[in-house]
Amino acid sequence: MTAVQTRIPVADAPAEPNRLRRGLPRIVAVAVVLVLAAAPLFLAPFATTTLTRIVVFALFAVSLDLLVGITGLPSLGHAAYFGAGAYAAGWVSINVTAEAPVPLLVGAATGAVAAALTGWITVRTGGVFFLMLTLAIGETVQQLANTWEDATGGANGLTGVPSVRLAGEPLVNAGYLYWYVLAIGVVGFALVWLVARSPWGAALRGIRDNEPRMRALGYPTAVYKYAVFVLAGSVAGVAGSLLVAQQRLVTPADLSFLTSSFALLAVVIGGAGSLWGACLGAAVVVLVRETLGASLDGHGPLVLGLVFVLVVYLLPRGAAGLRWPRRDKGRST
Amino acid sequence: MALRSTGLRRSFGALAAVDGVDLAVAPGARHALIGPNGAGKSTLFKLVTGTMRADAGTVELGDRDVTGLSEVARCRLGMSQTMQHASLFGSMTATETVALAVQRHDGSRITPWPRRQRAVRERAEELLAGVGLAGRGSTPVPSLSHGERKQLEVAVALACKPSLLLLDEPAAGMSAAERARLVEVLAELPADITLLIVEHDLDLVFSVADAVTVLHLGRVLLSGTPDEVRASEDVREAYLGAKRREELFLG
Repeated sequence: MTAVQTRIPVADAPAEPNRLRRGLPRIVAVAVVLVLAAAPLFLAPFATTTLTRIVVFALFAVSLDLLVGITGLPSLGHAAYFGAGAYAAGWVSINVTAEAPVPLLVGAATGAVAAALTGWITVRTGGVFFLMLTLAIGETVQQLANTWEDATGGANGLTGVPSVRLAGEPLVNAGYLYWYVLAIGVVGFALVWLVARSPWGAALRGIRDNEPRMRALGYPTAVYKYAVFVLAGSVAGVAGSLLVAQQRLVTPADLSFLTSSFALLAVVIGGAGSLWGACLGAAVVVLVRETLGASLDGHGPLVLGLVFVLVVYLLPRGAAGLRWPRRDKGRST
Repeated sequence: MALRSTGLRRSFGALAAVDGVDLAVAPGARHALIGPNGAGKSTLFKLVTGTMRADAGTVELGDRDVTGLSEVARCRLGMSQTMQHASLFGSMTATETVALAVQRHDGSRITPWPRRQRAVRERAEELLAGVGLAGRGSTPVPSLSHGERKQLEVAVALACKPSLLLLDEPAAGMSAAERARLVEVLAELPADITLLIVEHDLDLVFSVADAVTVLHLGRVLLSGTPDEVRASEDVREAYLGAKRREELFLG
């Protein structure tokens, strides 16, 4: 009898930590969302506003990571779609309605249309040409925002955007606004996460790893790249609509090269290809820029530059490349 | 014919790498394409697969003219290839790599949302076992040996359900043991798959092929059975670069 009893735990032992290890990310994800949801109950309104900005920027960074990290398309002009979504959502809030899903949907649609119009040419290129083309598109869109004063307010930006309204109630309270932004941010993140884990997402990673091989396997890679470019533009547009909901103002700086490069920085800090890493990177960028930057007499970008250099040297795979030391070194998951 | 090229031509500047090649590969054949360095083998291979556009000439797959079709479309019509440099997908495991090819060709929908692909995975593991990589499925591709990666290339190419399988120097860089294993894998391939092998290693060619085309300076020097090729003086000249055998050993 004792022999039988001792055999059972031995046979079950390896399964237990595995199940725990597989369940752990899920538990952590739920815990993070719960903590984030509860945050405004404990934080001062100013901190809540910073957190709101982090969530907005995180969704934008995640949409960029879909291009850079998952598909291997390093865009320098992704803020164009972020800004286009922000302007469109702001314009519709002023001139039509600020009722909840409308600015959001308009932002998503504008980001998608802008990406669809520009993407068909960019996805035909690769490497440095892709970088330069997306940079050029970003600059062009910023010029457009600067000069088309009737729609965008020119260099002053689009001002006087009303608060987002949910079921007729304007979301003036920083906490309510935060919850609105967080809810959309979590849904947007989940959407990108599902896409990345799908069979289609596997094809995108194949394109990142070896595009000629994917073509030889019968994948029309240009179609895939175009579709993901439009999807990323659409998610960036949603993030843009959240931006305008938070700051109630859009300026040409929001679709500048600097904004694009900050998003790229967030992706690199987090570890390209890791979606939660991009969120973490976005938090670092926003905190350094806005919180630390204010106390450093506006030298936030300098600190960001140092962070970037340190990350590249110390964590070549970003925060997502960090691994806890484990006993069984054979496993890499 | 499983594959026929007519008057295929491709130049790089003044160099005619492929200079009017007529090639006919019979259905079910094990056809080898050999030739000394610079004969135009790799260029011809790329013209056939559609990776590179021909300046002139036609390529027919079965009874269909595929000259104007992209390599993606040719793959969908049953033309599959392995690549000389088996780089594959650096971030994936062997099974994931094969699954990527399987999901494209087994009629499963490539959805942008997650779904269980049990059939795809099982098929991928079956193909891995078929090329001698059973039990290596969860190994990341960069951790596979060079020879194993070549075997993986074959599994990936077979996942495309080809009627014509093109192998670009499948034995390049392989050890003797890996070569022997490759010959075994090729011998076990279903007879209805037509093979076209571009290869440097003549031992491998003569142990696998039932038809050989010799390319020299962009043109077909000879097409025939392995025995005819082995016996040919012209082929010997092309490879050894001497008019007569005696001239080589004058020293």
